[in-house]
Amino acid sequence: MVSALYPAFRFVIPPEVAEAPTNTVHAGDLAELPPGSGKVFRFGSKPGILVRTATGEVRAFSAICTHLNCTVQFREDMQNIWCACHNGRFDLNGGNIAGPPPRPLERYRVDITDDEIWVTKES
Amino acid sequence: MRFVDAITRFLDERLDIRPLIEFAGEKEVPRHRFEGAYFFGGLTLFFFMIQVASGVLLLLYYRPTAEAAFESVQFIVTRVPFGWLVRSVHSWSANLMVLSAFAHMFSVVFMKSYAKPREMTWWTGCLLLAMAMGFGFSGYLLPWNELAFFATRVGTDMVSKVPLVGDWLLRFLRGGEDVTGATLTRFFGFHVAVMPLIITGLIGAHLAFVQRQGIHVPRGLEDDAERRGGMRFLPNFVLRELVVWLVGLAILCGLAAFFPWELGVKADPFASAPAGITPEWYFLFMFETLKLIPGMVLGIEGELLGLGAFALAGVLWFLIPVLDRRARRGEPSPLFTAVGWFVLAYIVVMTGLSFMGVFL
Ligand code: FES
Repeated sequence: MVSALYPAFRFVIPPEVAEAPTNTVHAGDLAELPPGSGKVFRFGSKPGILVRTATGEVRAFSAICTHLNCTVQFREDMQNIWCACHNGRFDLNGGNIAGPPPRPLERYRVDITDDEIWVTKES
Repeated sequence: MRFVDAITRFLDERLDIRPLIEFAGEKEVPRHRFEGAYFFGGLTLFFFMIQVASGVLLLLYYRPTAEAAFESVQFIVTRVPFGWLVRSVHSWSANLMVLSAFAHMFSVVFMKSYAKPREMTWWTGCLLLAMAMGFGFSGYLLPWNELAFFATRVGTDMVSKVPLVGDWLLRFLRGGEDVTGATLTRFFGFHVAVMPLIITGLIGAHLAFVQRQGIHVPRGLEDDAERRGGMRFLPNFVLRELVVWLVGLAILCGLAAFFPWELGVKADPFASAPAGITPEWYFLFMFETLKLIPGMVLGIEGELLGLGAFALAGVLWFLIPVLDRRARRGEPSPLFTAVGWFVLAYIVVMTGLSFMGVFL
């Protein structure tokens, strides 16, 4: 009985797909990111978010809301990172400041070379 | 008529069906002041049958992959003759089915029909409602639009909060780490194969119990029922039920034709969640409650607390026939009537406020 069910049981759990871990991506160029704006970029198979503060500093975070997995966005009117799903809010350091998110967004390292924004995930 | 007689005789000689026919002819359904409440069970079944029929039609064109799903639904609603109607009927009837299942459930609660000896009917009924909501949840994703994509991300992420087996469950539901085409294929499989199989069995059991035990006459209405006498199942009750189904069909067609279900925009896994992400209305009361709980409560993740509370409430609700000892003894149990009213009021108020946009 068990020996018959075991394969079926294992079958329904998908195998881990060995993904080449993405550590560094070219997330965009400075030109498309004026101070006080933000954009979502692809970080491997996951979304990330770039924000540029009013003072011109570029920061990068995981765009996956720590609440329940929605993709966050930069709200120009609030100058905050906002999650539409349950009205969660993060400041420009990724800190969770309002709504249900329990933790800050994961932060990535940003390097700028010749106008190109490179984002690195430090493990 | 001769033809019908011939067939009956043919079957009777081989299968001995005459006792069945006689039994059906004698079967009676009680009548009393609140007999109207009995119609919701049958109406739910009617909408379920519509779901099966319209679902089979949609299957002819639908393609369950992330690349093709949205386009195939678009094709159905724009190119296939009456495709818009079939899809609209499928969506509306799903909602009406859940609505009438809720009405059925609350009428059972207030008439205390769950009490001994009908506990098993209540339990299969609870499972049926859960299945109906599961159908709704899995079906919501199938058109692969933006709203459904994020609603599914949120909905499935909740299961990861379950202690111990959460991650395992999440991978099982999503078919991987994230909501992707693999999730869509899985949900499709659940929606058109696994769940129909289970729900058919449950409906069979539910109806068999009702048939075996007869319909319940609520406490205090026995005299009323006595005075009015029973109603013949065949043909009287069946004909009346058919009238109710016709009304249901009229409402369904009106809604489906005048308010065609929207398709929205195709899901893009790398876009931000748009404003106005909501689940189906029957999840709204939970959805809004979870939104009101702060991120952390006394060091526990608010989400976990909220979900735990709902899970506990669900279990208690399921166990009502056991908990309500007075109803079991045939005594009045005002406490459980009050609980029923409270739950109903909570669901109605939260859903209503949500539609009014109070929680935005
Ligand atoms: S998923 Fe972001 S606030 Fe809930």
